Amino acid sequence: MWFEQIVFWALAAVAIGGALGVVLVRDLFRAALLLATVFVAVGGFYVMMNAEFLAVVQILIYVGAIAVLFIFGIMLTRDVQRGNAPNRLQIPAGVISALLLAAMVFTAVTTDWTTLAGAGRENQAQIAQTQAVGIPDATELTRAGLSAEEVESVAGSGLADLLIGDFVLPFEAVSLLLLAAAIGGLALARGRGR
Amino acid sequence: MRPCNLTDGMISPDGVLGGNPLFYWIYGLAANVVPCWLAYVIAGGVIMLILINAVLLGAAIVSWGERRLLGRFQNRVGPNRWGPFGALQPIADLAKLITKEDIIPYGADRLAFTAVPVIMVSSLLLATAVIPFAKDVALVDLNVGVLFVLAVSSLTSIAIFTAGWASNNRYALFGAGRAVAVLISYEVPVVLSLLGVVIVAGSMSLGDIVVAQAVPFFLVQPLAFFVFLAGMSAELNRTPFDVAEAESEIIAGYHTEYSGIKFALIQAAEFGGALFVSGLIATLFLAGWAGPVADWLGWLWFLIKTFIGIFLFVWIRSTFPRLRLDQIMAVCWKFLMPLSFINLAAVVLEVYFLRDANGVLTTADLWIMAAINLVLAVVSITFFGNLIKEKVRSGSGGARSANPVTSGLPTTGTM
Repeated sequence: MWFEQIVFWALAAVAIGGALGVVLVRDLFRAALLLATVFVAVGGFYVMMNAEFLAVVQILIYVGAIAVLFIFGIMLTRDVQRGNAPNRLQIPAGVISALLLAAMVFTAVTTDWTTLAGAGRENQAQIAQTQAVGIPDATELTRAGLSAEEVESVAGSGLADLLIGDFVLPFEAVSLLLLAAAIGGLALARGRGR
Repeated sequence: MRPCNLTDGMISPDGVLGGNPLFYWIYGLAANVVPCWLAYVIAGGVIMLILINAVLLGAAIVSWGERRLLGRFQNRVGPNRWGPFGALQPIADLAKLITKEDIIPYGADRLAFTAVPVIMVSSLLLATAVIPFAKDVALVDLNVGVLFVLAVSSLTSIAIFTAGWASNNRYALFGAGRAVAVLISYEVPVVLSLLGVVIVAGSMSLGDIVVAQAVPFFLVQPLAFFVFLAGMSAELNRTPFDVAEAESEIIAGYHTEYSGIKFALIQAAEFGGALFVSGLIATLFLAGWAGPVADWLGWLWFLIKTFIGIFLFVWIRSTFPRLRLDQIMAVCWKFLMPLSFINLAAVVLEVYFLRDANGVLTTADLWIMAAINLVLAVVSITFFGNLIKEKVRSGSGGARSANPVTSGLPTTGTM
């Protein structure tokens, strides 16, 4: 597994280096590019976790849409070359980020990641055998006696079943929120008197 | 030394490269001499080298073929001096570009400026990894192939933005703004048209989509084919939609400041993009490697269909004059968007009513869909075409500066 180790550490270095760069680099445009790099590296982590769908969606949305939106914003802002001047909010921002980081690390450590919901549920027993490796990866599932179709369903359609099945209400609520935001954005951008 | 096993977890984590017979062959050959992991790396490297060279050489051939074809369309000769029918012209061009001085303009962001050609070419090469050139001959047959293609090609918009910004040139910035506005607008109808293809095929893997085409999808979904073709011409900045590098207005758009080998790479990415999109059209709508006679001739059918795609692009380019930016936006939002929605709704309904208990569509079902969708395509293209024609003729928003990109750009800073 040393091959995966190398890829993991390379991705980690890129992600952390990029994230530091986003905060420390003065040129906002370069910061946006570094942010895109971080997004790509996170997509790489998804691939390593056998979540190709998430990885591709990550790149499509974060790099293809959100980073482009940032760059548009930077391009249309005056005096952007001077960068952001430091201001009074540095200390509160630091405290809030630290709290957020603590919450995320706490959640990541205490959550039982080996449980699969949805389509994988009927295969719970077999998946339980693979818990030693942590995240159930395709080869481990095969080794535990799942057929190719079952592996496919665990890896792929589980997400769709969850999204359109168990979590359909939050899913629709989020899409409604996004629609409202889009309409609000249009209303603001149009301005008055036109 | 124990024999190497491809199904071994370490060698191929999730069947990537697993279906590729050439990979197996090289892997087996190399495994006789070197340890397994090195054989894996060597085999993967050889396959990638073949693919990269095929794409870049293909881009060179496309650049020559396009100029020859354009020449014929415009009743002139085209490049014919160097080699038979001028076929060595791309090599002469490349030699010239490599030996030219490599200029980085004063005040440019050197790092970002240099990174642009690399990002463009590498995203193109990444995207070609999922194209099935023949039966089971793709570098990777990802189960999210269609999405992968979209995601990787969306990296181009960042590269174009960077080119415009880092060049420290106002024309480059205008070109980049226009190009990205076109790119992100046309992304919507293109993705919606691909959704129809994915629904009928029942898979996002490009290999499965080819297999699912008992009837080629350009017959089953003519609307999707039309929208995809138009949207892709826009995303490739080809002539009816080439405001991003309109020579008569903004010199060369985002690559105004590029010269030498960097310019060569950007050109390679553009012509390679045309080649790649033609291959994608062949795969998604013209049934890819499927054809008469034998499966091992698949590469030939694929090449012929790819050539049909390129020919279509050149034909469109040589026929239509350039649109204004507001017309391009109108075509996208008021013409292609409704068409792609109609196609999606029709396909969803047809699949819902025609499929059998297992959710499988038979060939007869596909022919029924083709008949319905053809009528629908003719009706809706005529209807929305008339609507958009009125809009364009009456010149609404044409003369005044309704141009969202050129009217709001920064005028201060280092420029």
